[in-house]
Amino acid sequence: MSDNLNLEIISPDQTLINTDVEQVTIPAYEGLMTILKDHISLITFLRPGFIEVEIKNKIEKFYVEEGTVEFFNNKLLILTSSAIKLEKLTKENISKMIDDSEVLLQNAEIKDKEKYIVNHKIDTLRQIS
Amino acid sequence: MPSLDDLRKRIVSVKSTQKITKAMKMVAAAKLRKAQDNAEKGRPYSEKMQNIILNLTDSISDPQNAPKLLIGTGKDRIHLCVVMTSDRGLCGGFNSNICRLAKKYFEKILKEGKDLKIITVGSKGHDQLKREYGKYIIKKLSFKNKKKISFIEADEVGKIILDLFDKNEFDKCILFFNNFKNVMTQIPEAQQIIPTEIKKDSKKSEEIFYEFEPDEDEILEDLLPKNISTQVFKAFLENSASEQGSRMTAMDSATRNAGDLVNKLTINYNRSRQAVITKELIEIISGAESL
Repeated sequence: MSDNLNLEIISPDQTLINTDVEQVTIPAYEGLMTILKDHISLITFLRPGFIEVEIKNKIEKFYVEEGTVEFFNNKLLILTSSAIKLEKLTKENISKMIDDSEVLLQNAEIKDKEKYIVNHKIDTLRQIS
Repeated sequence: MPSLDDLRKRIVSVKSTQKITKAMKMVAAAKLRKAQDNAEKGRPYSEKMQNIILNLTDSISDPQNAPKLLIGTGKDRIHLCVVMTSDRGLCGGFNSNICRLAKKYFEKILKEGKDLKIITVGSKGHDQLKREYGKYIIKKLSFKNKKKISFIEADEVGKIILDLFDKNEFDKCILFFNNFKNVMTQIPEAQQIIPTEIKKDSKKSEEIFYEFEPDEDEILEDLLPKNISTQVFKAFLENSASEQGSRMTAMDSATRNAGDLVNKLTINYNRSRQAVITKELIEIISGAESL
């Protein structure tokens, strides 16, 4: 179809998805970003959040913590070490991750940049549960 | 001439060795399939990451102030060599090949009067290098108790390297590992990871103009440390596939050798048994004749 772009999500040990999609919303470092066909070539990186993929009017969600995004010639490439399908996250997993992050926030030596990322992580995880 | 009993014992022992090597070969073959799969699945990630970095460096505005991880410290004094080997033996020339390549490099470095620092990953490499280069080894890592090497372990190694780099402990970092080509061939390889080696493609297509968000420098700062761990992880994957492949071929030829040996011993055994029978017959006949 003409309105589609190719999406690849790759983690170090596997290719999670490689298919044509209509649109993708990514949690870019400076805010959410929706990518449609013929978007300008782009390189950016991600903060914790959801990747929302629209395939044939169905939305699939992935949870990511970090990653690098390249868009070029209607090919969207997302490299991430931590993409999980939303359905695969269990309640216990989420609450453990929130707890861990909160412990991290207590640390006095934490840098502003990390704080920003961890805060986002907690927010996103709270949204699920 | 060994006695019949000795021969029989030897045949039995060679046969049981053969059983072991055969079993090891089967195990290696099963593990190989998995490791090969993992290595192949892992390749796109590191390749694409290299690609992005390449595109980024092309469009960097101020090369003088680029992150040190990319351009290096500007010196070439201290080399950090990360030698990645297996934790288990009986895999043919796997570990020796890496060590041989590494040693050649060490000699070159030392001859040029540069400083050398070594990190060994995997206990077998450490065993081989500690006698000659023991004083240069600054760290010894082993993931023996881990069943499967995941990105977390690679990240651990990557963090150690980055930590040392931040403390200005070295100028160049080289990774030694076995590149998995196919089951029969594994090629030991030295890959420079700091500063990032950029393979310039001569026939690179037209320049692409990217939009960066945030700016290039910030992306590079985020990406380069990740790239180190990624390269280490790639090396881990290639290595584990190579290890299994190497073990499989080694065990295969060991099984075949044991088979040859059993054949030879059996012929020997049959011959000496026949000799004993003939001797006894002669004794009986000559005894009967003399009566």
